[in-house]
Amino acid sequence: MQTKALPLLAAAFASIAFGAQALDIRAGVLRVDYPALLPISRYDIRPDDLAFAGAMLADEDNATTGRFLGHSYETVTASTAPDMAMAALEEMLGTGIRYVVVDAKAPEIAALAERAAQDGALIFNSRAPDAALRSEACHANLLHIAPSNAMMADAVAQFAIWKQWKRWFLVSGSNPADRALADAYRHAAAKFGATIVEERIFEDTGGARRTDSGHVLVQRQLPTFLQGAEAHDVVIAADATDYFAAYLPFHLWTPRPVLGSAGLRPVAIHGAHEAWGATQFQNRFETLTRRHVMDEDFNTWLALRVLGEAVTRTSSNDPAVIEDYVLSEDFELAAFKGQKVTFRPWNGQLRQPILLYDGRITVSVSPQDGFLHRVSPLDTLGLDEPESNCTAFE
Amino acid sequence: MKLILTAALCLAASGALAGKAFVSNERGNTISVIDTDTWSVIEEFNGGNRPRGITLSPDGTLLYVCASDDDTVRVFDTLSYEELYTLPSGPDPELFVIHPTGSPLYIANEDDNLVTVTDTQTHRILAEVPVGVEPEGMAISPDQQWVVNTSETTNMAHFISTADYQIKHNVLVDQRPRYAEYTADGTRLFVSSEIGGTVSVIDIAQDGTPTLSQKISFDVPGVLPEWLQPVGVRITRDGSRIFVALGPANRVAVINGQSLEVEDYIMVGQRVWQMAFTPGEDYLLTTNGNSNDITVIDVAKEKAIKSIPVGQQPWGVVVTPD
Repeated sequence: MQTKALPLLAAAFASIAFGAQALDIRAGVLRVDYPALLPISRYDIRPDDLAFAGAMLADEDNATTGRFLGHSYETVTASTAPDMAMAALEEMLGTGIRYVVVDAKAPEIAALAERAAQDGALIFNSRAPDAALRSEACHANLLHIAPSNAMMADAVAQFAIWKQWKRWFLVSGSNPADRALADAYRHAAAKFGATIVEERIFEDTGGARRTDSGHVLVQRQLPTFLQGAEAHDVVIAADATDYFAAYLPFHLWTPRPVLGSAGLRPVAIHGAHEAWGATQFQNRFETLTRRHVMDEDFNTWLALRVLGEAVTRTSSNDPAVIEDYVLSEDFELAAFKGQKVTFRPWNGQLRQPILLYDGRITVSVSPQDGFLHRVSPLDTLGLDEPESNCTAFE
Repeated sequence: MKLILTAALCLAASGALAGKAFVSNERGNTISVIDTDTWSVIEEFNGGNRPRGITLSPDGTLLYVCASDDDTVRVFDTLSYEELYTLPSGPDPELFVIHPTGSPLYIANEDDNLVTVTDTQTHRILAEVPVGVEPEGMAISPDQQWVVNTSETTNMAHFISTADYQIKHNVLVDQRPRYAEYTADGTRLFVSSEIGGTVSVIDIAQDGTPTLSQKISFDVPGVLPEWLQPVGVRITRDGSRIFVALGPANRVAVINGQSLEVEDYIMVGQRVWQMAFTPGEDYLLTTNGNSNDITVIDVAKEKAIKSIPVGQQPWGVVVTPD
């Protein structure tokens, strides 16, 4: 486990407070690193400062704002193995930190949130996309910055429906995370009126992945695996573990667009996103890190910006006050997504538009035109209130 | 070269400082010139990389352009359209306001959280004022005592004293403040919040002290509230009407200056951002970034009367004085 403190930027400036109470906001970012195989593409290798880089930028942004109000920000970061995550959290709690952004999978997030609740600390989920965490397994002190599988799948589904691509061939992986993602696509199909004409599971048997001439094998295997499917408009790929989907677009039997885990992918951010002032965000991030932004960085930045915005508006450092404000109708935040992001008060999920990305550009942004909702068009993405079994926020 | 000069001399000789509107085309890297009598585009010239903020010297002879990606302010002759020189601006200049005497320029540096003050005579930087994250909107008070900057991610209007370049007041407004504009009598300041969807009304005391008094919001039947995104603000000299560009709602709102009620919405081109009056306030021009055109609004009738195709992604507009 390594722990380091980001520079306390506020100290560099003469603090100009205007009748406001001085506050020192300390937060933590806890990243759990799981044993994992290399990604299919070298472009997807996780950089050492993944997620932490977003925290560094958020600290700068918050500190710049905070110095006008006498608020200073300090964020501590730690990366740990899964079995050391609890100890890392306890260390943070022990130093008085009551806001922790957690980049981890659902089992660790749930355990950490429960532990944090004992100390009245607020946890921001910046990674786990699981449905249960937002429904029956929700926690009152757990806010979800990361979009859920359901939000991502609905974003893809709305685009496919807008295109009139209603016959889907769902190809999913065999790991639990792949199956959960496939569930989200089944649900999205039913929700928006698409038909899954055929489903196949591409078993994860190990395989060559990136070895020399691995593509030769893939080029023979995949088309035969995919032949003879019912007539379909698109292939929907559900490969959360990243072992086969990237190969799909050019190894299909029947040439069709691929959406989901390859082809047109739903993302929170990507390095080429420049609409709605995002160029400024990208410039700041790249100056700081010398690399392009990834979803984990953006989610962490956003979590800490939520905290900073709430502190700015409430002039409070009390986690209960902060959470109440964040979940209230008064809370709004600009996040380079073209409209304000807010929270669903009934399960703590951040509402946000989802970018549909082809690897180079923003192809589209969901929610799509014409998908309406009585509360917010953003609530057409993901679990809606009537479907949620979350009671922790009542 | 010679030809251009001759043409310019002829224009000057015939006294035809006919009204011109200059439009910065952010994507096209050009400046479009519009004759405000005929409403035709008479020239398009290179404006540097990513031209955004655009203004004129008080006498109308010099055109200043924030060439954002060149990290400089480019200065052009308004008759010959030749680039005369550049001014130091600090990195990524986005929008600026010019002192009524013609100097200095107060420039928002979007990527660097600074306002840079540049003397247009000596070409020197007089001051760099640290402000909030993503500074954009710039306004100067009619009594010239205050420069206001809005910071888009910090969500504040910063009141900078022109005497010592210190920030004396900060006012929190709604998300993503894009633009600030004083009334001609200096008693009020309007700040648009693009993502918040509101215009904050800030009362200004005799000594310049600001007090947030209310927020104006918008409602257009058939348009999602999320798309009502206020950006540019222009106020008639008599303060009777306030025009607010509503971005992707493709409309300009007309607000009653006394009651502060929204009275009308004028349909314009797509993604309307900045605006400028012609000298007599007969017309208001809007830049429409997605339809690549300018809408001409008849101010008395509150009607759009013409659209003029310009370069790629028009951002800012300025009109020569009489």
